[in-house]
Amino acid sequence: MEIPAELEAKIDEAITHYPVFKRSATLPLLHLFQEHFGFITDEAIDWIAKKLELAPINVLELVTFYPMFRREPAGKHHIRVCRTLSCAMAGGYELLDTFCKHAKIDRSHNGHGHILKSEDGKYSIEFVECLASCGFGPVCMINDDFYEAVAQNEVPELLKKYQ
Amino acid sequence: MASPVRSPHPRENRIVFKNIDGPGWTNDIDCYLRDGGYEELKKALGMKPETIVNEVKVSGLRGRGGAGFPCGVKWGFIRPGGPKPVYLICNADESEPGTFKDRYIIHQDPHQMIEGMVISCFAVNARLAYIYIRGEFPEGAKILERALAEAREHGFLGKNILGSGFDCEIYVHRGAGAYICGEETGLIESLEGKRAYPRIKPPYFPAALGLYMCPTVVNNVETLCNVKHIVRMGGAEYAKIGRPNNTGTRLLCVSGDVQKPGYFELEVGAVTMGELIYDICGGMKPGRKLKAVIPGGSSAKVLRAGDTYKMKVKQPDGSMADGEVKLEDIPLDFDSLAAAGSMAGSGGVIVMDDSRDMVWALNNINEFYAHESCGQCTPCREGSLWMKKITDRMLKGAGVHQDTDTLKGVADNIAGRTICAFGEACAWPTQSFVLKFRDEFLATARNGSQASPQEKNGGSQ
Amino acid sequence: MSAELLNVQIDGTWYQFPKGTRVIEACAQAGKFVPRYCYHPKLSSPGNCRMCLIEMGLPKMGPNRKPELGPDGKPVISWIPRPQISCAQDVAEGMGIKTDSPMTQECRKGVMEFLLINHPLDCPICDQAGECELQEFSVEYGNAGSRFLEEKVKKPKRIELGPRVTLDDERCILCSRCIRFMKEIAQDDVLGFVSRGSHTYLTAYPGRLLDSNYSLNTVDICPVGALTSTDFRFKMRVWFLKETKSICTSCATGCNTIIGSRQDIVYRQTPRENDEVNSCWMCDAGRLNFHYLNAENRLRTPQARQSTGLADTSWPDALARAGESLKAFKGEEIAVIASARMTNEELWMAKRLIDALGTSEFDVVPRTGEADKLLVSADRNPNTHGAQLIGVTGSTPGARLSEIAEKIRSGAVKAVITFGEDLSRAGLSPSDISKLSALIAVDILPNETTQHATVVLPGSGFAEKRGSMVNGKGRLQRLNRAIRPPGQARDDWEIIRDLIQAIGSESNGVYLIEDVFKQIAQAVPDMNGLSLSKIGDQGVSLVAKEAQTA
Repeated sequence: MEIPAELEAKIDEAITHYPVFKRSATLPLLHLFQEHFGFITDEAIDWIAKKLELAPINVLELVTFYPMFRREPAGKHHIRVCRTLSCAMAGGYELLDTFCKHAKIDRSHNGHGHILKSEDGKYSIEFVECLASCGFGPVCMINDDFYEAVAQNEVPELLKKYQ
Repeated sequence: MASPVRSPHPRENRIVFKNIDGPGWTNDIDCYLRDGGYEELKKALGMKPETIVNEVKVSGLRGRGGAGFPCGVKWGFIRPGGPKPVYLICNADESEPGTFKDRYIIHQDPHQMIEGMVISCFAVNARLAYIYIRGEFPEGAKILERALAEAREHGFLGKNILGSGFDCEIYVHRGAGAYICGEETGLIESLEGKRAYPRIKPPYFPAALGLYMCPTVVNNVETLCNVKHIVRMGGAEYAKIGRPNNTGTRLLCVSGDVQKPGYFELEVGAVTMGELIYDICGGMKPGRKLKAVIPGGSSAKVLRAGDTYKMKVKQPDGSMADGEVKLEDIPLDFDSLAAAGSMAGSGGVIVMDDSRDMVWALNNINEFYAHESCGQCTPCREGSLWMKKITDRMLKGAGVHQDTDTLKGVADNIAGRTICAFGEACAWPTQSFVLKFRDEFLATARNGSQASPQEKNGGSQ
Repeated sequence: MSAELLNVQIDGTWYQFPKGTRVIEACAQAGKFVPRYCYHPKLSSPGNCRMCLIEMGLPKMGPNRKPELGPDGKPVISWIPRPQISCAQDVAEGMGIKTDSPMTQECRKGVMEFLLINHPLDCPICDQAGECELQEFSVEYGNAGSRFLEEKVKKPKRIELGPRVTLDDERCILCSRCIRFMKEIAQDDVLGFVSRGSHTYLTAYPGRLLDSNYSLNTVDICPVGALTSTDFRFKMRVWFLKETKSICTSCATGCNTIIGSRQDIVYRQTPRENDEVNSCWMCDAGRLNFHYLNAENRLRTPQARQSTGLADTSWPDALARAGESLKAFKGEEIAVIASARMTNEELWMAKRLIDALGTSEFDVVPRTGEADKLLVSADRNPNTHGAQLIGVTGSTPGARLSEIAEKIRSGAVKAVITFGEDLSRAGLSPSDISKLSALIAVDILPNETTQHATVVLPGSGFAEKRGSMVNGKGRLQRLNRAIRPPGQARDDWEIIRDLIQAIGSESNGVYLIEDVFKQIAQAVPDMNGLSLSKIGDQGVSLVAKEAQTA
């Protein structure tokens, strides 16, 4: 598997943060891979396992346990809408619907997994659990950007920022 | 996105949140130093570690993550001079629904947290510490990395801190979307690079067999920040704030059906539930009445409006005597909320008015726990999903009469039988909602939900 | 030096247990079985099934930090309100346990209900039925009915986890015994849990298989029918199986086994616990090495060579022919190729035959392979030590074979008797074998040797005989007969006794196998005073005996 030198440098640096036990570096490495490649491939799992001297199953166990890791690419821009109680009370479910409508994501049949994608691949959306800003709901994240108190009519404008 | 007004409420006592939303305040170290930052670290390094531990004990500081366990007692479990290295972990995995306080410390005042951490590391002799930050705070992780680099540059972190001879290194470790990583042994397993399965206690008490099977202290972000202030003012002074056994200030987060939700740093026990909801948060929306309050994050048992609670009440002459207290009059401290049959928990107060369908609310919470259950032990793994399926079915109109009792029976079989407190966390909502709103559950089982969830909460915009 | 004894109260009665005893084991020793799924005495204890929850109490401490004593002089117990698991804690001084209180019963009913809500109704087609702990504990400790009205969680079924193990994820109760076994004992960390919560399921890494030589032990320890033996799948209901205690004969380790058979067919072998030999495990190769017993081409009838080739005949006739052919030669013209797969009793009779023939050309055929770090011995013969003790072979088994082979080729040896060994393993080609004037083969399956033999005498397989063997560590262990040999095949020791008679020697009045053993026990110093029944189910170490008599 081709790892660009810059990424490999970050990986090696990350491993130094865990002088006691290399296995602890599995999560940071998975984050680095997903940030770079967009999702976690089989090769990535094998590569990380070899690098940290683990059995590949030990890495797969983590990838499937932590929902932030994807096994297939998301859309170019990934939207996360919070579904938990306070945001739901503030309109989280409606926000999800509105995003899907404007991002053209069809929720009726969208394949496996909890990530729904638009046909053109520009957007994907995920209904996630509490994002820790409950007083200012409904909240969402687009890529790494965080938005609070998102009104339904603000969605189209918001999406325009992510093309 | 309309940003709600966030200047402090007059009833607040901003110690930890002093600089949050402060005009002109930035999260870099220069701003922090101008404000007198890292002075407490200098003071602490001149003290003996045992003295700092004692100050924390005297202060009565209780964990602010949700369990409310006395911090000094926790630190006291670490035997000094043991053969194994000690580790300290900052639990920045804020994921309890209804809680939104650590986010602001991390993003806006990271150095306060770092200073608190280094002082705490010094107190328990931890040379290596980690900040376990939830994966959904990517910006927060970057801010912390930058702040740690700044601290290292200035000699507040790393080898021979400020010439004291004390070495300490802190690394940021990002989680990836699992609420169970907020459980201290689940966090430790996750940090070790495994699935976040909490450990059985006994024998794996973190103070003895924690990270890498070494003594470990796990503290919440807010708790660690408080340590800095305890060093500043001394444990005895800190203990004067708040109430006996419920000392200091705490960050309360209010969300739900109030006019002005938000975060508030209040002296523990100085404000009642009613004052919080009506005075500080502007009360109910027009035409609405209070129906239910979850006082300490979604794991806490729900309290019903109109109920009274038996607990010790402070008399005019200062003594405590048995009394009956209305929901609005419960003082917001650990012991009172526990006496009311709930808990102060993480300080996440969720307010629900009479437009809310309680079955719908419980269903939303059940789905959260079913998602987040790690799956290790039988009752929680099977029971959490079961409870969600029951309330799902009830909301779809296919409920049956015995569902209400089945819900209670399932929850009763989970609480107290599991490896970790997640069992209680997923069982208490069901137990309390069914107990307090039994008629509503029976009616829903009979007739199905009268209106769809979407219609129910459409009036909140 | 024995460990410190601690006072523990179980269900109202005070007992004493050595320090370090696990609570669940202490209860078992007190005669109180605590149901469990994830706990296994040979593996680490994760405490995840919650089935072993019991009520626990600790001594009430007085003001002086010492336990308060009750009127009986024993500590007063303060009962912990929450139930505790008993598998992950050791007993402590003054601890109290209630194994059957109302709280404990409620806990068990609760756990059973939870385990069954997503469990598929597979009992009618599940191999585990009859030895399934879910079934057993459900009857013993569960509720009769279920309140579950929802749809069950669906997971992968009929997965080929490895070449010998089939996995059904819906039946799995996620106890993690298999994962822990593979990691801790088999040292092959290949299994793991993926996904989360109620959707968690067991898998091997895609592309990797559970192909370790110890994979079938996971089937043994799986409390339910999630992991099943592909070889045994759908073959026989376990309640029909007769269980016979025996040992494995595929290498010198001699793992203790249980042979599961019905109506003279062996269906499976499972390991039997013996901490001196194999703990609770056995290797897959040895475990599955029994199908040949039921092969179509088993030798069932004695045969004697006519001008037209080998023809079926009767036992008296075959034995007479054998005897006649042997009497025609001098001792040094006869060779005996015995086997280190023979039991002690058979080897003893073989030695008597060797002595009666007056030959010094005899040995066993060695079998070696690579030893592994767990159970498999490099010596793939199960009874090399027995052969050495009885004198059928020397310190290097097979050392004499090349010389014997030369003598066969040169014509110095004209008659050979083989016991379950093919002469081609001694380095002889078919043309060499054809040189022999007499070749008497005692065997169970046809091979190069039997095809060239002048007399073929059908013998018994390992599951068809009672006897003893000495394993590689010097442990004397017993085989028991599980099935009868097919057709007219007979016990090898009796065949040899009859051969001795056929060459005109006396067989010393040996009528029962116990008589044979008695003779061995008298002649071999290490086995003095023993009898076949005294060996018992766990065997006897001859090395220890040696140390004692030394």
